[in-house]
Amino acid sequence: MTLDDTLIAPFTHFAFLRRALVACIVLSVSGAPLGFFMNQRRMALVSDAMSHAILPGVAVAFLVAGAGVLSLTIGGLIAGVVMALAAVALSRYAHLREDAVFTLLFLLSLTSGIVLLSLKGSNLDLLRLLFGDVLAMDDASLIFMTGVAVVTLHTLALIYRGLILDGFDPDFLRASGRGRGTRLLFFAVFMINLVAAFQALGTLMALGLMLLPSLAAGFWTRRVNVALPLGILIAVGSSIAGLLISFHANTPAGPTVVLVCGSMCLASALVGPEGSARIGLRRGGA
Amino acid sequence: MDGEPLITLREVSVTYGSRVRALQSVSGVFRAGSLTAVAGPNGSGKSTLLKVLAGVLRPTSGTMTFAGGVRPVMAYLPQLAHLQRDFPLSVEDVVLTGFYPELGERRGVQNRHRVRARKALRAVGLEGRADRPIADLSGGEFQRMLFARVMAQDAPVILLDEPFTAVDAVTTSRLIQLLLAWHREGRTVICVLHDLLLIKKYFPESMVLQGKCLGSGHTHRLFEQKLLSFDLDMAELRSPEDVRADHPPSAKHRHDS
Repeated sequence: MTLDDTLIAPFTHFAFLRRALVACIVLSVSGAPLGFFMNQRRMALVSDAMSHAILPGVAVAFLVAGAGVLSLTIGGLIAGVVMALAAVALSRYAHLREDAVFTLLFLLSLTSGIVLLSLKGSNLDLLRLLFGDVLAMDDASLIFMTGVAVVTLHTLALIYRGLILDGFDPDFLRASGRGRGTRLLFFAVFMINLVAAFQALGTLMALGLMLLPSLAAGFWTRRVNVALPLGILIAVGSSIAGLLISFHANTPAGPTVVLVCGSMCLASALVGPEGSARIGLRRGGA
Repeated sequence: MDGEPLITLREVSVTYGSRVRALQSVSGVFRAGSLTAVAGPNGSGKSTLLKVLAGVLRPTSGTMTFAGGVRPVMAYLPQLAHLQRDFPLSVEDVVLTGFYPELGERRGVQNRHRVRARKALRAVGLEGRADRPIADLSGGEFQRMLFARVMAQDAPVILLDEPFTAVDAVTTSRLIQLLLAWHREGRTVICVLHDLLLIKKYFPESMVLQGKCLGSGHTHRLFEQKLLSFDLDMAELRSPEDVRADHPPSAKHRHDS
């Protein structure tokens, strides 16, 4: 088997694999920068909860209108907004700590989504909503993802400085009298990206291409303008590697892509030049 | 010190959530060119007051007015604890964020901004560290960087929230010199701190808070009135309802710094 057979031929011969590759690259370019800012805000866990929050809405949309991109998107967005509002209300007015609030909402949305689906759907539907089906990307899904990526990158360019200040020094941002919509716009594009990623990777793995690559990038650089493109690069690399491995080893494509992302992240945390376990051990665990 | 009233607060209150009242009907005047310390025990509303002045918080009730009806440009140094010190930025990046109020998202950083940033970094002794990640800085270096950002902003009003926290004595005296220089240049400086030694030595005017404003004016007079006192444990100030200016709380010998 030549190098061409191993690396190139699978993509040239099989349209479903090419479509999967396009989907993963588009999601990487769009999602990895968002993951960076979520990590910097110490909101990795919150974003995990948010990614599951869309499930009940998606399930209802699926039962009512079938598996169309538009209905799933609208259902997911509505559920996401409802869950976000519930989280804010609970942590502000009930005697419940924030991590507990998110655990509660995470389990509630996951289970209610599954129960809703069981009313009508088959096991196949459930698997598809939970784990996605990156090898079954139709035109509508790809166009939607690409549109999301275009909107996301433009939005990030518009609020970039404010977003950095909001992470580093939020009081200074507010005192500046500028950047009022920064946080809202950021969370809006984050939700849309979750819904887009959900179609390929399902609600359980939608975050994979968003959070893990930027986490990994953080172990290689301490410059935001390097970390952002590096995160995208790691995500794209993991996508290509994951799809090829899944093709040759006959493993499920989505989970393999996310597994490669996670492995990159773990390897970076162990040996990267910035803040990795290797550096920590050398400093005597300090 | 004898300038016209620049910022006037009338009955300003701030309530967090539904219950916690951080500021209760605070009135007072900050004169143009004055150098004022805002003092008081922990949780007395000092930082809240500064946030109101900076525009970070809006008063729940009451008004804040400015001379000429126009809000002056203010440089604001927030409390260290509110900043994320391991954000992946360089020292120069942070000083350049000082131009965000002026530049916003669209306008590019120009050479004159970089020159001002470098000059400010030189003034605080961080000229060799412009390209270093901020995560590498010690507490004192971090504060010096924030002072450089304030300096780069070149604002007529400067608001500092606990600027000497996590700073050693040498750095503190260096930063104090910067602060006094700003005062000499005619800028209005308002600084939250609870080191009474520093207040007595360097700040001609003070405002003492305990939810309410207990008193404000010349610092030496506030010491005479025992509203500021080295014998006073600020943490044990009684609730504002019990405190009267002519009847200061019982003496103790510790002051927080």
